[in-house]
Amino acid sequence: MSDLERLRNAFAGSVTVAGAHVVIDAAKLLEVAQYLRDELKYEILNNISGVDYLEPEAKKLAKAGFEPHLEVVYHLSSFTSPSRRLTLKVMLPRWKNDIVGELPEVPSVAGIWRTADWHEREVYDLVGIMFTGHPDLRRILMNDDWTGHPLRKDYEFPLEYHDIRCR
Amino acid sequence: MTTRFDDGFVVTSLESAVNWARESSLWPMTFGLACCAIEMMATGGPRYDIDRFGAGAFRATPRQADLMIVAGTVNHKMAERVRRLYDQMPDPKFVIAMGACTCGGGPYYKYGYNVVKGVDLVVPVDVYVPGCPPRPEALLEGLMRIQDKIHRMKSLRGESIDDGLVADRTGSVKLPPEYATESATFEFLKQTKEQAKPVKA
Repeated sequence: MSDLERLRNAFAGSVTVAGAHVVIDAAKLLEVAQYLRDELKYEILNNISGVDYLEPEAKKLAKAGFEPHLEVVYHLSSFTSPSRRLTLKVMLPRWKNDIVGELPEVPSVAGIWRTADWHEREVYDLVGIMFTGHPDLRRILMNDDWTGHPLRKDYEFPLEYHDIRCR
Repeated sequence: MTTRFDDGFVVTSLESAVNWARESSLWPMTFGLACCAIEMMATGGPRYDIDRFGAGAFRATPRQADLMIVAGTVNHKMAERVRRLYDQMPDPKFVIAMGACTCGGGPYYKYGYNVVKGVDLVVPVDVYVPGCPPRPEALLEGLMRIQDKIHRMKSLRGESIDDGLVADRTGSVKLPPEYATESATFEFLKQTKEQAKPVKA
């Protein structure tokens, strides 16, 4: 039985296998991650990325082929059998409860894979996703008093920052 | 230096002697921020040898430096440090903005959310050396422009730096006739553009 089938059997309903990747409900992420690490032996979290699916230009919107949303992508691999790779995706709304400014929330996997600590800080900093239960969720690249999350597609530069013109 | 005698002594004004000493021992501060720093290091190396101009003593502290060569992308986190280091330098102090990023943001101008669009928004700049990165020769010319600027300083007479800068030894660039005037340049560019058009079969 392949990993994907085992995963689907264990978490029926909250796991969708879509081609090469697996889409998970944000609420079930911690359980799935624990299962993947302990049962299926995906010990390494290679990368976490945040993706903003938004087409700001109205002209290109029809061709874009997606609804505006955010994704968190987890790339996993295994020490025990190095050829195995797995990609997890968590779909999120762009704003929590559609209130602009309220960041969407995902449970932090920093307790399962330590690597996730800084990766999640980076995703929080640049894409604006709140990782609940993270040990130390601060900005990692931008200054602490920066406003906004620069890799959001609708991000606008501040006019000035600390008396320095920005645009 | 005004007059030379055979006996080996020189008569000059104190001011030009001071200026001569200043311009011949410009100590730059090590300020490599990005890839331009590699070119700055090459300028310091034996092939281009910035020591020929007396500016080879790169200091690791602003308190011993007269010249800040800002080499590389300045981002908002660094801008505070740039300003603080500039403030710590003793007068008279000079700044060279080296490279496209420090001159005006460079490739990060439009989408670089964290890049300061030109270091002149943070510290006053004396000489801009454009390029991505500029060749060591370009940096050397920038240094010589600074030296010309010092050459014309009237600090002992209580006057600040003369604004009417005329390059003494760096000279002016002699343009070829097709670039000599603005209209000639436009005409020339138009011609070259037409020549570059693909010929229809």
